[in-house]
Amino acid sequence: MIHLENVQKTFTLHNQGSAEIPVLSGAGFTVNPGECVALSGASGAGKSTLMRMIYGNYLTQGGRIMIGDVDVVTAEPREILNLRRDTLGYVSQFLRVVPRVPTLDVVAEPLLRVGTPRDVAEARARDLLARLNIPERLWSLSPTTFSGGEQQRVNIARGFAHAFPALLLDEPTASLDAMNRAVVMDLIHEAKARGTAIVGIFHDAEARAAVCDREIDVTAFTPGMN
Amino acid sequence: MTQSGQYNFAYLDEQTKRMIRRALLKGLAIPGYQVPFASREMPMPYGWGTGGVQVTAACLVPEDCLKVIDQGADDTTNAVSIRKFFQRTAGVDVTEQTTASTVIQTRHRIPETPLREGQILVYQVPIPEPLRFIEPRETETRKMHALAEYGLMHVKLYEDIARHGAISTAYAYPVSVEGRYVMDPSPIPKFDNPKMEMAGIQLFGAGREQRIYALPPYTRVVSLDFEDYPFDPMRAEHPCDMCGAEDTYLDEVIIDDAGGRMFVCSDTDHCTARRAAGHRGRLAATEDAA
Amino acid sequence: MSTPLLQVRDLHKFYGDRLGCGDVNFDLYPGEVLGIVGESGSGKSTLLNCLAGHLAPERGQVLFDTRDQGLVDTLTMSEPRRRLLARTDWAFVHQHARDGLRMNVSAGGNVGERLMAVGDRHYGNIRAQAIDWLDRVEITADRVDDRPSAFSGGMQQRLQIARNLVTGPRLVFMDEPTGGLDVSVQARLLDLLRGLVREMGLSAIIVTHDLAVVRLLADRLMVMKSGHVVESGLTDQVLDDPQHAYTQLLVSSVLQV
Repeated sequence: MIHLENVQKTFTLHNQGSAEIPVLSGAGFTVNPGECVALSGASGAGKSTLMRMIYGNYLTQGGRIMIGDVDVVTAEPREILNLRRDTLGYVSQFLRVVPRVPTLDVVAEPLLRVGTPRDVAEARARDLLARLNIPERLWSLSPTTFSGGEQQRVNIARGFAHAFPALLLDEPTASLDAMNRAVVMDLIHEAKARGTAIVGIFHDAEARAAVCDREIDVTAFTPGMN
Repeated sequence: MTQSGQYNFAYLDEQTKRMIRRALLKGLAIPGYQVPFASREMPMPYGWGTGGVQVTAACLVPEDCLKVIDQGADDTTNAVSIRKFFQRTAGVDVTEQTTASTVIQTRHRIPETPLREGQILVYQVPIPEPLRFIEPRETETRKMHALAEYGLMHVKLYEDIARHGAISTAYAYPVSVEGRYVMDPSPIPKFDNPKMEMAGIQLFGAGREQRIYALPPYTRVVSLDFEDYPFDPMRAEHPCDMCGAEDTYLDEVIIDDAGGRMFVCSDTDHCTARRAAGHRGRLAATEDAA
Repeated sequence: MSTPLLQVRDLHKFYGDRLGCGDVNFDLYPGEVLGIVGESGSGKSTLLNCLAGHLAPERGQVLFDTRDQGLVDTLTMSEPRRRLLARTDWAFVHQHARDGLRMNVSAGGNVGERLMAVGDRHYGNIRAQAIDWLDRVEITADRVDDRPSAFSGGMQQRLQIARNLVTGPRLVFMDEPTGGLDVSVQARLLDLLRGLVREMGLSAIIVTHDLAVVRLLADRLMVMKSGHVVESGLTDQVLDDPQHAYTQLLVSSVLQV
């Protein structure tokens, strides 16, 4: 489902003496449907960078990143938009939303975008928010005023609302209490059972061991670190 | 070509009359279209009918019989002075009778007696552009006329209804001419709008704004309205206190300082003719007795 | 895949010898929102005005997917046709509401104008639609007969949007739609715009110098400098991993809150 081949990334800082910083080279791996793969390596090894490249958030200088039959490296912006809408989900560490939008709508939105009827989408959103222990009185409020942990759970609910065939998870269990962490792990297991291919970054070793089928050490792709 | 020895016939020089006649012919050929013309200085202030006077001057021939009315009346300052002006500069016959006249210059009324073929009605126009108060740019209004984009005219009527519950525009009520140009009929009461589909020729002259437009006989003239707020030619609900007419446009006259009032025909010629024929209104008898 | 709604090819606009904008090429697909960013004088407003038919470019094509004839070059189409497009399938939201509103006409009349322009002659319908649209932009029905001069800046801007969207356009041009509004009003307006774009399936081209605005509204971004497009791509990609020196400068110059 997710297939990387000889992926290259360099940052060029034009305003700082045109410094060229090679970040990744020769990165390659495959994630099959129903599989969960953890990216590992020391801080600064390029785990987040690689995730962002797979999502199309960072440009890739060389190689291929195949999500299904779309190559993110060469795809047109609107192909990536379609990919993000239908196929590829991303749970980032921080929730970024338009002010004023109620939590329930924030969570239901990915479903509405793929044409799910509003009642079905909202039912799914309610279910997820309830499972992630967001008190019901908060559902009609904007998540911008929530605590950090609540925001992260809203973010996770949103990420898991639509059954994406491919999913990227950036620290999904960080700063969650044990009860909510278990819920997130359940969600990941359910997604795997549905056949979702997952790439994740987990600093939480216990969680990683519980949900991941294997690890990929990003350090191997980092120039100057091997 | 001098008539009196001091002036050209009908005051204007022949080149000017030719220029105005060309504008008039163009206006008649394109009903409702505002034809620019080189308006001349006239020996009266703007707003006193300089446009109408120039059109009348360009139409008059020595055989004509001229009638001049000001809001229906033949005997107000404006009407009297223009009538005298043409008596002096053209030497034409003048009359107060609609039926006897061949050319009628009017300010803000159409005579009650229907015009017949061959008669000419000349309007004095202050502001010829019906879209002016909503769209101040002349470049834009010209384009709107050229492309027949007249939605904006209805915005004005919409505003009337929104503010007053009905289309409160009571005079200068915009009309659509032959389904093409939207035209300002000059500040005649909307009561007169239906009369614009007539046998006579109607010519409009705006002196300060330098525009001439025209309606040939029997031109289709439709007052703009909404489907649910149809055009209504409003009229005061009284008979004329002088002649008893119930189908004429009335002036309201305050007659004392105790709130007394009377309604009389604004068309003085029409009212006089009716009284001569024996019609009497509420207050006519007392007046005759006096 | 579907045909683009708008195709821009090799567009050049000069002011005398000076370049307004040049070499502009892009496609806009139905439902897409394109942001154009750049500093003052970078040519972004010039470009927007060329696209909307307010300025005549010296060279190039602006092809619009018309309902009846498919892609037609709007620069060479007849003026009546272009003006018809401008009041039906297109909308233009000005930075200053007073440029886009009739200040001496009531809110209802402002919204109703486009309906009357396309031939609606039923007062009751026009008014009902106006009130419906005022409601959608969060202006209460009791303000329908007030003039825009009695409205706050944010309300005027929302009224302008209602006035533009009432005929169900397919392409909206916006020139700094949130400029001059304080931040809380901006947020409300952005939220509203986003909802309307989503709900109506609108395509939009938004010119702004505010990167936060494009991050929220735009799917794609074009960065302009000195009349040229120096970088384009997915909005989050351009903002998070800018490639061109100017874009890097622009992104790094934004103050963090």
